Amino acid sequence: MPSPIEQDLDALVDEFDLLGDWEERYRHVIDLGRGLEPLSEAERCDANKVRGCASQVWLVTERTADGRLRFRGDSDAHIVRGLIAIVLRLYDGRTPEEVLAFDARAAFDRLGLAGSLSSQRSNGLAAMVERIRRDARADAAAA
Amino acid sequence: MTGPAFDVEAIRAEFPILQRQVNGKPLIYLDSAASAQKPRAVIEAMVAAMEGSYANVHRGLHTLANETTEAYERARAAVARFVNAAAPDEIVFTKGATEAINLVAATFGRRLGPGDEIVLSEIEHHANLVPWHILRQARGVTLRFAPVTEEGAVDLDALEALIGPRTRLLALTHMSNVTGWIAPARRVADAAHAVGAHVLFDGCQAVVHRPVDVQAIDADFYVFSGHKLYGPTGIGALYGRAEVLADLPPWQGGGEMIAHVSLDGVTYADPPHRFEAGTPAIIEAIGFGAAVEWLSRQDRRAIETHEQALYRRVVDGLAGANWLRMLGVSPGKGAILTFEVAGAHAHDVAQLLDRYGVAVRAGTHCAEPLMRRFGVTSSARASFALYNTEAEADAFVAALQNVQGFFA
Repeated sequence: MPSPIEQDLDALVDEFDLLGDWEERYRHVIDLGRGLEPLSEAERCDANKVRGCASQVWLVTERTADGRLRFRGDSDAHIVRGLIAIVLRLYDGRTPEEVLAFDARAAFDRLGLAGSLSSQRSNGLAAMVERIRRDARADAAAA
Repeated sequence: MTGPAFDVEAIRAEFPILQRQVNGKPLIYLDSAASAQKPRAVIEAMVAAMEGSYANVHRGLHTLANETTEAYERARAAVARFVNAAAPDEIVFTKGATEAINLVAATFGRRLGPGDEIVLSEIEHHANLVPWHILRQARGVTLRFAPVTEEGAVDLDALEALIGPRTRLLALTHMSNVTGWIAPARRVADAAHAVGAHVLFDGCQAVVHRPVDVQAIDADFYVFSGHKLYGPTGIGALYGRAEVLADLPPWQGGGEMIAHVSLDGVTYADPPHRFEAGTPAIIEAIGFGAAVEWLSRQDRRAIETHEQALYRRVVDGLAGANWLRMLGVSPGKGAILTFEVAGAHAHDVAQLLDRYGVAVRAGTHCAEPLMRRFGVTSSARASFALYNTEAEADAFVAALQNVQGFFA
């Protein structure tokens, strides 16, 4: 039985498989970013900033009463926002154990967005995934 | 139009990397202002040095040591000729232009203190800002900044008004890496010299696009890097007028930069060796020499005409695009197009252009104060080099129009 994250990834893969060339995929990524709830001005603060270079990335992590992690994120660049929307669709509302068991890089490979997580310095997305995992580790340790 | 004297296809054949594809498309490399690709002459000179004659320089009496020392010093002479320095000893090899400016800040700057002023501008690259910030913290000097006009030029009247009796140094870009603005070097050097100040030019971009004569512009210091000049990374040059260099204290200490060492004291070598502590970047220096010799063999006027024609072709191709904002439109500017696409982040633009095989820079271009001046957090930059073609310029315009379609 695949994990809840794996099931959501399968659905995302199906969604992307309906798309044709890279242009359609990127358009879809940009659309996903447009659908992402933006963070407030106050939440776009240095404390929530994830190391990036060309664009800025913010991440807010919260814990629900039933031990799940809520992630919200934002960026000033469209494609990065879209990639964040994908990352959040996979990670948001999971338990720390589920977060830590999941391989985001392999997921992006399956979505035909390989490379999106590799240029660490330039887009901050890999750093965001690192931060999500760090927060999950900290939460698991505290529990 | 490009003159018949300039054969861009022949030039391209000398750059092996230009054969490759990116994302299934032919590479269109428009990021040469960040770092240029290397011709075979440079690659082969470096390989030949490692394969045929390599040893440490300036020490040892064996054949390889002598041959390598000669090759290293020949490279220095080539770099000196390239900017028309009066003598090879006026060229100090550094890690790059950044290190060259840090060297000046740490030696020339060591003698400055409260009350002394350094005149800079808002257009400068961080390499020509941060070393002076550090000096201000360490020595209490005052920094003064000339503003930038809406066209992306340094306001020359304001700059000259800042130069006064307390000015010790004017440190200015010779050509902006963002707006392409070209400084009237001799004019500002004369203004600095009139009050007894020294002048340093950041020549990283300028030396690539036009012949530079450090004597004609009366520079005291002139810095540039190898890797933007079709040479290797890890090597650059500080030109310093002989009397100016001779007067500077040493910077880093170590081997190579001394005349004699005892346990009680040291006497230092003469320039340029005084400023080249430790084993230098020997292979890179040889590659640097090969690069400037290679470039000097080309028709530089024809190259400048070619690069300007490409820039003009792109600007004309994008004429009327109300979604495009160009940062830097000063007359006579170099072939650099920095721009914003309405509704898109520069990061989006660069990432999508890459899918079309087009490499551009996105970000602050190491010039955050200038970005702030233009009211943007980042921008994209296409820079044109001698190996770019008209077909590439057209493909870039078409790709950029497609990219804009994602955000329309």
